[in-house]
Amino acid sequence: MPSSSSVSRNSTAGGDSNVLDQFPAGLRVLVVDDDPTCLMILEKMLRNCKYEVTKCNRAEVALSLLRENKNGFDVVISDVHMPDMDGFKLLVHIGLEMDLPVIMMSADDSKSVVMKGVTHGACDYLIKPVRIEALRNIWQHVVRKKKREWKDIDTSASLDDVDRKEEKQAEDPDYSSSANEGHNWKNTKRRKDDEDEGEGEGEERDDSSSLKKPRVVWCVELHQQFVAAVNQLGIDKAVPKKILDLMNVPGITRENVASHLQKYRLYLRRLSGSHQSGGNTPSFFSTPDAGYGSISTLSDLEIQALAASGQLGQLGQLPGQSLATLQAAALGRSGYSKSPISVPLIDQRNIFSFENPQSRYGQVQNRQGHNGNITRPMNLLHGIPTTMEPKQLVGMQGSFAGLTSQGLIPLTGQSQSQSQTQSHVSRHPVLPGQVVSSPGNHVTESTGNRFQLRGSLGIPSYGLVNNGNQIQTRPLQGADLTFDPSRHMNKNMQGQGGLNVLQHNNYDSGQKIGGNKVIFSTGEGSGTHVVDNSSMLKAEKVNYKSTFCPEEYSQDDLLTAMFTQQQQQEGIGQGENELGLDWYSLDNLPV
Amino acid sequence: MEQNHLKKINFIKNSLFEQGYLDEQFTQLEDLQDDANPNFVEEIVTSFYSDSTRLIRNVETALENHPLDFCKLDDYMHQFKGSSSSIGAKKVKVECNQFQECCKARNAQGCIMAFQHVKQEHSTLKRKLEAYFQILRQVE
Repeated sequence: MPSSSSVSRNSTAGGDSNVLDQFPAGLRVLVVDDDPTCLMILEKMLRNCKYEVTKCNRAEVALSLLRENKNGFDVVISDVHMPDMDGFKLLVHIGLEMDLPVIMMSADDSKSVVMKGVTHGACDYLIKPVRIEALRNIWQHVVRKKKREWKDIDTSASLDDVDRKEEKQAEDPDYSSSANEGHNWKNTKRRKDDEDEGEGEGEERDDSSSLKKPRVVWCVELHQQFVAAVNQLGIDKAVPKKILDLMNVPGITRENVASHLQKYRLYLRRLSGSHQSGGNTPSFFSTPDAGYGSISTLSDLEIQALAASGQLGQLGQLPGQSLATLQAAALGRSGYSKSPISVPLIDQRNIFSFENPQSRYGQVQNRQGHNGNITRPMNLLHGIPTTMEPKQLVGMQGSFAGLTSQGLIPLTGQSQSQSQTQSHVSRHPVLPGQVVSSPGNHVTESTGNRFQLRGSLGIPSYGLVNNGNQIQTRPLQGADLTFDPSRHMNKNMQGQGGLNVLQHNNYDSGQKIGGNKVIFSTGEGSGTHVVDNSSMLKAEKVNYKSTFCPEEYSQDDLLTAMFTQQQQQEGIGQGENELGLDWYSLDNLPV
Repeated sequence: MEQNHLKKINFIKNSLFEQGYLDEQFTQLEDLQDDANPNFVEEIVTSFYSDSTRLIRNVETALENHPLDFCKLDDYMHQFKGSSSSIGAKKVKVECNQFQECCKARNAQGCIMAFQHVKQEHSTLKRKLEAYFQILRQVE
């Protein structure tokens, strides 16, 4: 994969053409470590590998560097232990905003930490002291990622728009754009992929694969718009082109919509039809704790009842039955590989353990999935590490986090401008589980948090991935909770104060780290309409970011994080009420 | 002459390895040294010692606060260990581990003692490496 010769940083003195021919030579690496000695050593090692190295001793600086040079780096290597920002947070940030492969390193080789890296989306984990041999092959992560992206694009493009795709790709100056130069390269890659199938991603071409790392993520807001458009057209008549037009979101293509629609349809089918299909649902997704059997989807009435209770945000006040139903519904979906996340509300607690529930979501999202020790049902959010309480979830706007088997479905990002209009959209019933990003975006910061679940949460992540140029990440309100207990609910529920029933798709226990991205819009600054009406949520105010990757996933944290963040950021100060009730006021619910 | 010097250098280096002061990582550093960075190893070691002095001070300060904040101590030691291991300071690393064990066990006394050992190994190695580099320089 030749690096783009146009990128200044990458254009080494060694001649662009040489660099291009000599991949991985010239690979642009950003190494972050607070230890100056290590940093020097790594730099030297990487230089000896013929990589182009930029070193940085602070995570914040690294992030700015990355943001300023959207496509200036190919891979990031970061220490876990840093004083100004936890390495996992940085990892998550980078994954969400720039979607670059990130390699973690640490002197700590304990299983839990390594697992944390995995779940938070690191593509590799090196134990210090790092040997040069370990660094020689880091280029593979770049290739792999690009490959996945290509695959994703290919599969999501249901129609011919090669042109559009290329165009999109062209916006990514680095490797992906270089791939553009050779559309052939991409095709070759894809063919190769198909032939190889080595990665096991190819199981499902439509993004259900957890390994896929979509380039765009469907954040709550975007998804909301999508659903609104679909509802407007009528699910049977909704075709990608029309949906795209209705949505009027720059930065997404018909292919993105088509792929998303496909998933959505499957999701709806699942909702209306089956309960856990067992499929790939990881055991813990089934939320054994919840003890919910597969339950029929929530009916509109139930949802409305929830909304009517007026305090959706406060699940506690919801009629137990409704809640249970929601949960059941959520649970019911767990087995679905492609279905949206059905997460039992109540059991959403502690899906992911977040290290610092207090920290802002935006800071670091440790994509730590569960270390396989997930004892709690992770259902709520597929792949969304949130520690949210069920009640909080209720308040949350479900984001239709495409729960794929791996839990993350790439969503197209929304442009910031969309965010603006989002507020309007968000007022509409949101598909449960839709993450509605608040307007106002914060582009980079608020990218949907792609939370990669540890394999288990198959929550597709819907969020915006700031792929360098096109899409602005929007803060997702809370995690991408996709709540879609039922088809009906889709239409009506949403307003329920963000009753976001997270449904988790079945996700493979085999963590496909790369693929799972739960996008949480951390409403950084964006006025997300997170339905955070629950006072409970407020009370918790957990920064979503921090809770993103807590060690323990507590639902409380999750919800709190989600809501808090958005509220904080977006100044959602609209108050609890506002979030939940305004949005999902029954009046607004389309019936 | 040169031969003798080289022999001397190798002898010293080998003994450092054999006695467990240095490990493989040090060799890695040496392998990195090249024409572009002819004094790479020495630069790294110098950087390590100046940075580790700061870490040692942090630990000392933390050890003076009672009750001991074991988490913080463990944290500092983790950093110190990472740094030491990156230059191949084997004995230092061993003592760091010991210290961390005491932190885990919340053994204040053990921590204090372990830290003494850490400092000891740290300064011993420094002396030895300084001598080593001095001889190296003589060759040049």
